[in-house]
Amino acid sequence: MSSSTPSFASYEPTRQGLPVSTRPLLEIENLSTHYVSARGTRVVRAVDEVSLRINAGETLGIVGESGSGKSTLALTILRVLPPAARIVEGRMLFEGEDLVQKSDAEMRQVRGKRIAMILQDPMASLNPLFTIGDQVAEMIRVHEGAGRATAWSRARDLLKAVRIPAPETRLTQYPHEMSGGMRQRIVGAIGISCEPRLLIADEPTTSLDLTIQAQYLNLLRELQRAHALALIFITHNLGIVAKMCDQLAVMYAGRVVESGPVAQIFNAPIHPYTKALLNSIPRMSDSPKRLTAIDGQPPDLAALPPGCAFALRCPRAFDRCHNEAPPKFVSNDGRTARCWLSDVGIGADAVRLRSGAV
Amino acid sequence: MLVLEAAGLSKHFQAKRGIFAGAVDGISFTIESGRTLGVVGESGCGKTTTAKLVLGLEQPTGGNIRFEGRDLQRLDTAGRRHYRKSVQAVFQDPYASLNPRMRVSAIIAEPLVTNERLPASEVHQRILDLLDLVGLPARSANLFPHEFSGGQRQRIAIARALALSPKLVVLDEPVSALDVSIRAQILNLLHDLQAELGLSYLFIAHDLAAVAHMSHTIVVMYLGKIVESGDARTLARTPKHPYTEALFSAALPSHPDERREEIILSGEVPSPLDPPSGCRFHPRCPHAMARCGVEEPMLADVEGRLVACHLYDADERRPPIKVAAGAAPVS
Repeated sequence: MSSSTPSFASYEPTRQGLPVSTRPLLEIENLSTHYVSARGTRVVRAVDEVSLRINAGETLGIVGESGSGKSTLALTILRVLPPAARIVEGRMLFEGEDLVQKSDAEMRQVRGKRIAMILQDPMASLNPLFTIGDQVAEMIRVHEGAGRATAWSRARDLLKAVRIPAPETRLTQYPHEMSGGMRQRIVGAIGISCEPRLLIADEPTTSLDLTIQAQYLNLLRELQRAHALALIFITHNLGIVAKMCDQLAVMYAGRVVESGPVAQIFNAPIHPYTKALLNSIPRMSDSPKRLTAIDGQPPDLAALPPGCAFALRCPRAFDRCHNEAPPKFVSNDGRTARCWLSDVGIGADAVRLRSGAV
Repeated sequence: MLVLEAAGLSKHFQAKRGIFAGAVDGISFTIESGRTLGVVGESGCGKTTTAKLVLGLEQPTGGNIRFEGRDLQRLDTAGRRHYRKSVQAVFQDPYASLNPRMRVSAIIAEPLVTNERLPASEVHQRILDLLDLVGLPARSANLFPHEFSGGQRQRIAIARALALSPKLVVLDEPVSALDVSIRAQILNLLHDLQAELGLSYLFIAHDLAAVAHMSHTIVVMYLGKIVESGDARTLARTPKHPYTEALFSAALPSHPDERREEIILSGEVPSPLDPPSGCRFHPRCPHAMARCGVEEPMLADVEGRLVACHLYDADERRPPIKVAAGAAPVS
């Protein structure tokens, strides 16, 4: 219905990966963000040696459980970390500029304008004391110096773009007068108000009902096509990844344990964690009476084992896994995995990967 | 054998003077021994009110519930106590449903202590048996809830629910607060317990795939009414009611190749204070006809399941419509 064939065709190239010459919109290299306790005695490696890239117009899914570091990663990209957090190493090249090196004043020019974010709970991201119009117009006034009247008329267009009926009236209303789905669309409108290049959505639909979720995800996709937006979806829901994303990064205990094109990962996951996660989900079509569960539970980030963080739960772990953390292995077609099984000569059934520069 | 039977069950809340919200409006369903009834629907459809009615936490304003053949409204005190012991619940958030100041042993023992006169040694033995049943080590008994992860807490909640050997357990979103890698553990545990103890479940969840996986029968609710019910797998595979169809098409795919064009419903669920006339779904229905706004469709048998939709009426003299995406309503 909404996705006519031409727009799909124009979309196809990103799914296959852009030519190597194209510079990615955002390139994260070896990024680590740690939370350090007041006395410096406890260190939580929330994001550890993460490398990712996303091209213009592409959708990257970052999947992980609570405590895997996915939300800290998003906060790191926007540099809105809590005081206890430190970016201890790495680079974040956004359109060629390193976000890690930017001053706070420079970051304010990036935040909201070039990179925007949608948070999980729309009630918490909207101020209950201001009208919708004021809140949508604020970004336009701050970043573009527009006057109130201009900003409000732009705000009305934005509400129209996110399918809010009767935008004129809605502008003068307050957040409590809207339903959850409408509030989340307003947050979306604020997100795209300054036409950012990159939109980070952190669990944007968890609080929404199914049919409203479908409406919202389709809206995001339309906005993405209309504005050539790059989208980062942070979620624990593999269904959202299957529906929306081109590229996928799977995080476990602060590290990206596997990354690559979505279809390839779903068809042939390399890392045992990814494999187990995909197998543990009940499916509508075929449902064996017992699901393949993953034993145990995610580790404590403040007391990680010396080897692979997944080793204790991994059905295929061997000695090396418990003693030595696996480096990132990179395949010829750009897939990565942090698993010793991917080391040449060990995993006979694993996709053949060669060791990358570690 | 029927464990529970609800007939014409209604619960109306008074919102303002003279204005009533029909949270649940004349629904009927049955739960068989050792089987699972799944209830799906979006917020405001009445799932939770239904669960509360079954648990006896709310009194129905119409209709009745029969448990093992006896009408709940007519039970004497002893019968009521027996019912409360036979029907237990596991809630969504094990961080909220366990008292942080009680040890696990006391949490699990509480239903035993309040309902049964047992010597302490026997209570202790039951606690150990229950912990073993839900896959927790015996030493858990002396610990506090904060010493457990979400999945383990949900196991404690399940152990407490099973303490009185209930016949029916109401599971209200039992895995949605848990980490993805833990959910399968709990669903498997629930499945094993059902097989082992012959439990019946009333399973309420947002995750349609989980409901389809766990349930034998599914009931689909919209604004306090049942719009469709039937065998879980058949219903999930070939939904008949336009709302069921839209709901299941909106479910997220389990594989990128499954990406399909979903039926996007316009608008949102109307307020139960002022439900639409006729079929409550008609303002959002892609197939609505003139009569849908006037005449309320009744649940009727369509190919072995119950559907409340005029599209399937015999006197519409029309073959059952495959309500496919983009299909224009037949005029």
